[in-house]
Amino acid sequence: MAELPIIVVGAGQAGLQVAESLRRGGYDGSLALIGNEKILPYQRPPLSKQYLSEGMLEDRLLFRSSEYYEKKDIELVLGQHVSALDTSARSLIVDGKTRPYGKLALATGASARPLSVSGSEHEGVCYLRSVDDAKYIRGRLSADPQRVVAIGGGFIGLEVAGSARELGHSVTVIEAQERLMARVVSPLVSEYFRKVYRSRGVDIVLNVAVNRIERSTDGSLIVVLADTRTIPADLVVVGIGSSPHTELAETAGLHCDNGIVVDEFAQTSDPYVVAAGDCTMHKNSRLGIFHRLESVQNAVDQAKIAAMTLLGNQKPYDQVPWFWSDQLGAKLQMAGRSDGFNRTVMRGSMEDGEFSIFYFDDDVLIGVDSVNRPTDHVVSRKLLAAGANVPDQIIVDLEQNLKTLL
Amino acid sequence: MPNITYVSHADERTVVEVPVGWSVMEGAIQNDVAGIVAECGGGCACATCHVFVDPLWIDKLGEQTVMEQDMLECTAIESTERSRLSCQIKVTSNLDGLIVHLPENQS
Repeated sequence: MAELPIIVVGAGQAGLQVAESLRRGGYDGSLALIGNEKILPYQRPPLSKQYLSEGMLEDRLLFRSSEYYEKKDIELVLGQHVSALDTSARSLIVDGKTRPYGKLALATGASARPLSVSGSEHEGVCYLRSVDDAKYIRGRLSADPQRVVAIGGGFIGLEVAGSARELGHSVTVIEAQERLMARVVSPLVSEYFRKVYRSRGVDIVLNVAVNRIERSTDGSLIVVLADTRTIPADLVVVGIGSSPHTELAETAGLHCDNGIVVDEFAQTSDPYVVAAGDCTMHKNSRLGIFHRLESVQNAVDQAKIAAMTLLGNQKPYDQVPWFWSDQLGAKLQMAGRSDGFNRTVMRGSMEDGEFSIFYFDDDVLIGVDSVNRPTDHVVSRKLLAAGANVPDQIIVDLEQNLKTLL
Repeated sequence: MPNITYVSHADERTVVEVPVGWSVMEGAIQNDVAGIVAECGGGCACATCHVFVDPLWIDKLGEQTVMEQDMLECTAIESTERSRLSCQIKVTSNLDGLIVHLPENQS
């Protein structure tokens, strides 16, 4: 009897990487990649960036051409929904049909967290997660100047706001917390970006929640804030975080807790099932914590670990997390962590718009945020991975090359 | 469509048709040319799409930005005067036949 296939559920960045790493790792058995969108696997980061602001075509978003999947003998099952997982029978229900597996990788991703206030369902209130979402927003932004309101001052809200502003629309960002990107950058970086947006004519409204969204008599929208302020809008883009897709795993009895819980080997609570990417609550053995990370880096690196586990070659996940965001000409790159620091050291200057902030817990470097200094970012990742000693006087001196510390 | 030739470190040649307007990096990634990683997706921000441009072609490419020059100092394999980041080389009809050599590794 032929060996049962490895099935990967979810054809995003993590799912594709699992399949690719399995083939690169020498797995030559049957392999299927199942995704619920009809389009070939594609990159999401450009959706809020070049796709909106530069009119990028869809075929350029694709990770690989269709020939790749044939060449690698990866069965691509697109536009189909996996409705059930039976871990004892080791089978899935895919579009109503049973598919057995030998081993399974879950890379089900996450979806945009919905706004729950009254009026959230109005036409013109939208989210950005898929290429279809981005297509809708791009269509709306191609019209005459629009009043765009971004609800949520995180990466999605800000990148959409920046792209819309570059296209000449008037833009307001509403953030319930007291600063932008509060979950992921330090207060210094938040404040820098608030000024960048202000200087480019984007209204930033902090520290206030949205109470409801009304439709006015002329058909446009009115965003009503908790302090009774009202902001008129033609388009409202909501970016208030994401929820991991855990339904399939949860119903099957896999351990889930704000994500599918996996260990440092990407192993779920079932020995035949691994998971990777946005959908996981995972252990990073370098950081010594469990967390959920929505990033390309995590999707790629964790997927590689998951594939190795499937191949019986376990290696712990201990990568330094990194992330980037492009906003109004400022390239923000983050490495390591920017919480839990007790002192910071600045390289470059905020006035020049080119700087890196090094975060220390006493003498230990734990993270670096860079703006328009990509070389600092690349070297910092290596410094963090090596646990290098990074003296303050080298950081502050732009004549000194950080690479010498490696 | 212009043909771009990617020569691996082991001297294997892969010829790929790349649409005008795409980058040399994108042509490699979509066609699974090993040896170009491009972990930042083309933002001139990671230095993992480093290539050595064939000597006959180096003068036919556009100018480098300061950021690209800086990033070329961060490549895994040391850069030379023929080094470019392939995400920053935009394919035009003039580049039909371009040959780039790939470094041994990118990170």
